[in-house]
Amino acid sequence: MSDQGTSHKAVKEFLAEAEEVVEQLGSELADLADLADGGEQNPELLNSIFRGAHSLKGLAGMFGFSDISELSHNMENILDSLRLGKINLGQGLIKVLFGAHELLTSLVRSVEHAGADRTDEIAACVSRINACLVPPPEKQPAASPLQRLGLPERIIGALTEYEEHRLLDNLNRDRNIYNVHTSFELTTFDEELAQVSDVLKTCGEVISTLPSMGGNMETHIDFEILFGSTRPLAGLQALFENNDIVVTCLDSAGSKPAGTASSLPSAGGFIESRPVDAVQQSSSAALEAPWAATAVSSTSDDAARSSKSMSRTVRVDIGKLDELMNIVGELVLAHSSISGIAVRMRNEGFSCMSIDLSKAAKVLERKLTDLQKGVMEIRMIPVGQLYEKMSRVIRKIAREQGKKVELTFIGADTELDKLIIEDISDPLMHIVRNAIDHGIESPGKRTSIGKDEKGTIRISSYQKGNHVVIEVVDDGNGIDLDKVKAKALQKGLVADIASISDRDALDFIFMPGFSTTDNVSDVSGRGVGMDVVSNNIAAVSGMVDIETAKGQGTRFIITLPITLAIIKALIISSAGRIYALPITSVMESLLLTDADIRTVERKEVIQLREQTLPLLRLEAFFSTTRSTERPREFYVVVVGVAEKRLGIVVDDLLGQQDIVIKSLGESFKRFMGISGAADLGDQRTILVLDVGGMINETMRVGH
Amino acid sequence: MSAKKTILIADDSPTMRAMLVSTIEMLGDFRIVEVSSGFDALRLLPREKVDLILTDINMPDINGLELISYLRTNSNYLSIPVFIISSEGSRKDIEKGKLLGANEYLIKPFDPARLQALISYYLCGTP
Repeated sequence: MSDQGTSHKAVKEFLAEAEEVVEQLGSELADLADLADGGEQNPELLNSIFRGAHSLKGLAGMFGFSDISELSHNMENILDSLRLGKINLGQGLIKVLFGAHELLTSLVRSVEHAGADRTDEIAACVSRINACLVPPPEKQPAASPLQRLGLPERIIGALTEYEEHRLLDNLNRDRNIYNVHTSFELTTFDEELAQVSDVLKTCGEVISTLPSMGGNMETHIDFEILFGSTRPLAGLQALFENNDIVVTCLDSAGSKPAGTASSLPSAGGFIESRPVDAVQQSSSAALEAPWAATAVSSTSDDAARSSKSMSRTVRVDIGKLDELMNIVGELVLAHSSISGIAVRMRNEGFSCMSIDLSKAAKVLERKLTDLQKGVMEIRMIPVGQLYEKMSRVIRKIAREQGKKVELTFIGADTELDKLIIEDISDPLMHIVRNAIDHGIESPGKRTSIGKDEKGTIRISSYQKGNHVVIEVVDDGNGIDLDKVKAKALQKGLVADIASISDRDALDFIFMPGFSTTDNVSDVSGRGVGMDVVSNNIAAVSGMVDIETAKGQGTRFIITLPITLAIIKALIISSAGRIYALPITSVMESLLLTDADIRTVERKEVIQLREQTLPLLRLEAFFSTTRSTERPREFYVVVVGVAEKRLGIVVDDLLGQQDIVIKSLGESFKRFMGISGAADLGDQRTILVLDVGGMINETMRVGH
Repeated sequence: MSAKKTILIADDSPTMRAMLVSTIEMLGDFRIVEVSSGFDALRLLPREKVDLILTDINMPDINGLELISYLRTNSNYLSIPVFIISSEGSRKDIEKGKLLGANEYLIKPFDPARLQALISYYLCGTP
């Protein structure tokens, strides 16, 4: 450890940043691999990956995490060689980089719990990396042609080694090298410069951006952008209407003797083009670059937005938000006791004051609602964050299995509570892995059955009332229900196949230890079954449903509450105990008598319209005893998540209330049917029922 | 000294900035301004009286070398001491930075004591 005394908080900060870096590294690596598949390369992407490894190394070094530092150092090394063109990117190297990234990810994740010694693993990975470091035969001429290019010393002097390499590479590709001189006001230069860069990037490569003194130093700043492009000078100048932008050609590919890329013009003379009058030039500009105008206008907004979001976000520990939410919850409780006092005052004859107090309480309530909404919004993050991670994994798995998969994401901006996003990340990943592993067929098979060689997986998310639905749809083989039924019979779960409906068969998939594949593959068969998926989703009060059609594909539908932090609940009493039911899962409630209940296969059910609804008695579910007599008339609260319904028998309905769910901690996690506890405000603490878990449990016991 | 000396830190890693800040805070009472990119530094310089700049080389938008080049060609900033804080892999770039006019450089992971000594030397005139 460094002698700065690595406090717990500092390590946390490090971890948060390291995780971000590793995540970004991963998705960029996947992009790089995709580009390499198509025989393309993107220097900017490569440089960004290099920078990721570079900063991770620096960070890990400062904090004394020598494992991470060592590995990222070696990654940085090879990425540096790559970006400087010393070695070539081949499939072998891509695999090594993916492997190294995977190890890096797991090292970063295990920082908090000092785990097993990974030295051997790291050593093996490092030696694989170094094996790729053998450079291809020298092809660069020893003498640097840069001096002969006649670039101003000031520009050359500030080029990093990487930028120098990019310049040489552009020269070797017979691109023209331009100097784009711009001048901006100090207050808005970054947005304007970003606009210019974006336009330039559409037709070439921005090699470096050097700030220089403007005419008026207090208000303006100038930039010299070194730019490589195959376009002629006139075409570039026409891109910019702004007369403050001057494009100068430093080296023109056309001026070289044909064929010899490395020989450069001996005279480094500047061929200057004065800015052309925009109006006069407009017709030819429209011909040469019809996209230019639209490019400028569409990027301006984006540029402004992205530069804002970069500098205007705050990273907050979710724990702090939880605390804030708790306080809001307590305020809500305080408000309800104030309202209670107002009612008491009215009853005791202080009607005037009571009205005033009620009014004040109403104002408080409105503001509280705003506050609550505000805090909730902070917790919300777009589902898209999950997608990024997933697309990386999907592409990697598909590559490994030799399958072709096209991914589409819909509704990436649908927002969900940060904690829920974290908790469903693993189950969602598992479902997607399954889809590739068992769903999508090999390209050969797909062509033979008349499907497109490329399979598709579509992940879409949308809000539906108080829930968010995430659907994973593949166009693969579908789930073989006959196989599932046969397996159920073999496992002794049912007496005969004919009695199983397709719906029931799908439910079997979520039972522990139930798998139809005989040989476990590397991808999804890691001892984690669909039962874990369904339990994890149930843990955040969610539900998962499957629809499948043989030969056509499978659809997984995950229904999740938007947040768990503060919810409206129906307060019920049963056998002398009080519980809360999240209102989002309550469909309706019915007043019934014993006569309405029938018994089918020793299970209590009621007839609800055309459906038979299974009933659940809380005292039986929680194995508690009833001290009071059962009321003759009682309520059945119909609850449901996704397509599943259940009737909960309760003695009385006590009303609706906002509650803040507090976790009961790890040790209570194994109790099915309870998602936490809540304070009712009158010093009574009650249990909050987990509808998803109860439905799951009832269905399971039912079989 | 009448007013507090201002130190500008340019580094895109918040954690690295935090480490630099805590190292400087241990040394004494300075005003510390942090930026996460070269652009932010450019924007800030005309508004603040900065007495010392610590900069990384690898940063988004413009890099440390470009920042130094700007500082050294601009009469207002010519005399502000600049320290490069970068890692071993950027040796060549660090050399260039020195040619451009950086006063000192530190290799990450840097030695806090050395940084403190350098800051004292440049800002307080004591080694």
